Amino acid sequence: MEQLGPKATIMDEQAMARAVTRIAHEVIENNEGSENIALVGIVRRGANLAQLLADEIGNIEGRRPKVGLLDISFYRDDVTRAISPVLHRTEIPFAVDGKDIILVDDVLFTGRTVRSALDALMDFGRPRTVQLAVMVDRGHRELPVRADYVGKNVPSSREEDVRVCIRPLDDHSAVEIWDVAAEKKLGGAR
Amino acid sequence: MLSVRNLIDTTSLTADDITQILDTAQSFAEVNSRAIKKVPALRGRTIVNLFLEPSTRTRSSFELAEKRLSADSLNMGGSTSSVVKGESLVDTIKTIAAMNVDMFVCRARFAGTPALIARSTDARVINAGDGKHQHPTQALLDLYTIRETFGRLDGLKVAIVGDLIHSRVVGSLAPALKTMGADVTLVGPPTYQIVDPGWYGCAQTSDFDSVIGDMDVVYMLRVQLERMEGAAIPSRREYNRLFGLDAERAARMKPGAIICHPGPMNRGMEIEAEAADAPNSKVLDQVNAGVAVRMAAMYLLLGGEDDGVSY
Repeated sequence: MEQLGPKATIMDEQAMARAVTRIAHEVIENNEGSENIALVGIVRRGANLAQLLADEIGNIEGRRPKVGLLDISFYRDDVTRAISPVLHRTEIPFAVDGKDIILVDDVLFTGRTVRSALDALMDFGRPRTVQLAVMVDRGHRELPVRADYVGKNVPSSREEDVRVCIRPLDDHSAVEIWDVAAEKKLGGAR
Repeated sequence: MLSVRNLIDTTSLTADDITQILDTAQSFAEVNSRAIKKVPALRGRTIVNLFLEPSTRTRSSFELAEKRLSADSLNMGGSTSSVVKGESLVDTIKTIAAMNVDMFVCRARFAGTPALIARSTDARVINAGDGKHQHPTQALLDLYTIRETFGRLDGLKVAIVGDLIHSRVVGSLAPALKTMGADVTLVGPPTYQIVDPGWYGCAQTSDFDSVIGDMDVVYMLRVQLERMEGAAIPSRREYNRLFGLDAERAARMKPGAIICHPGPMNRGMEIEAEAADAPNSKVLDQVNAGVAVRMAAMYLLLGGEDDGVSY
């Protein structure tokens, strides 16, 4: 079977690293330090990004913020349509009450994942603020959601898929655009 | 996605099904450890608990599981339903189903009742114990407890001890353990032994002491005292001496081996306090696992591709 590649690569590993560094600085600036912040990554790729961001904040501030993982499967508004075949563990190893939570995801698209994540997060307590950091904002919002920190704005078509690949989950780190229609024709999917 | 529409017995479950239920239950166990033990996973779904035979622990476990999934539930008992007015069970089911319910959880005195319900409705059905036949969620929570302890099920040696012939736990647990690659030995007095252990792929013996030292899991069944008067065993004392798990027998278990019991326990009969409350007794872990496992089963059955509606 013919192997299809990405239509375009928008960010390579270096560009992603620079974006993480910039976001780390913005987070620290906005929150006047990192004493009260904690990161929560949406599994799976958001969780990886949250770890990278925490490393970077730790490098700058000399103190690595705590990182939690959030699986939003049980909070989706489309459970009746599709169950994710693999569930991942939610792990919030700190009290969220009164914290400034940086919610981290790879791609901001319809906003539904973020809506679910906010619901899930509120079940753990009452954060002082919740701020959203994403690697890519691709538009097409269906809910009134916006990101506070964006790696790159990527205007995209609905027929395209914007994918963030991150080591070690993937074999390389990059932001890529894939042609979903062409891929379906070939019968392959990630 | 499970390969079955309903959870009637464990013999229909594949190893993948069981693994998926246990993995999902792990996620729900995390939910159950939170301050707010509730997720909106089954919001708007209606589940009917039809308990035609008395039950406390299974019923409360299912009810808690439904509440924690945000499902709406309706409780019906045998004595309060129209079944006592002479309505047939199938008519009762069709009447309730006409009110657009999504799932029946059924406990029944007679084997086959949940399967009959499944044939009468499009709603999903979970068997919460039917006669001497099956009790699949009990078996799944047992598997969960054992897997949490050992990290695996494959290759473990499990003895199921006691009143084998009256027990629906054996009917569900033995085949499920075999599916997952465990090695099962049935232990009981000859009058309580099952006719064809080969059907389960199990060995069977009446000599508890000869096998106890080999076992990773010693699973004690409840002696159904209400059925004892039929003289299947000569006396309680003799049963207790030959098949009861006391401190002295428990001491002969392998290091790291665990004790399980589906409850309710008859202390002084099949199990002594020293064994029931021992550090390696998993009885309360089993009860704890029950809620998460039932949440997983309901979530996976109701969350599937439904009514041909998709994106």
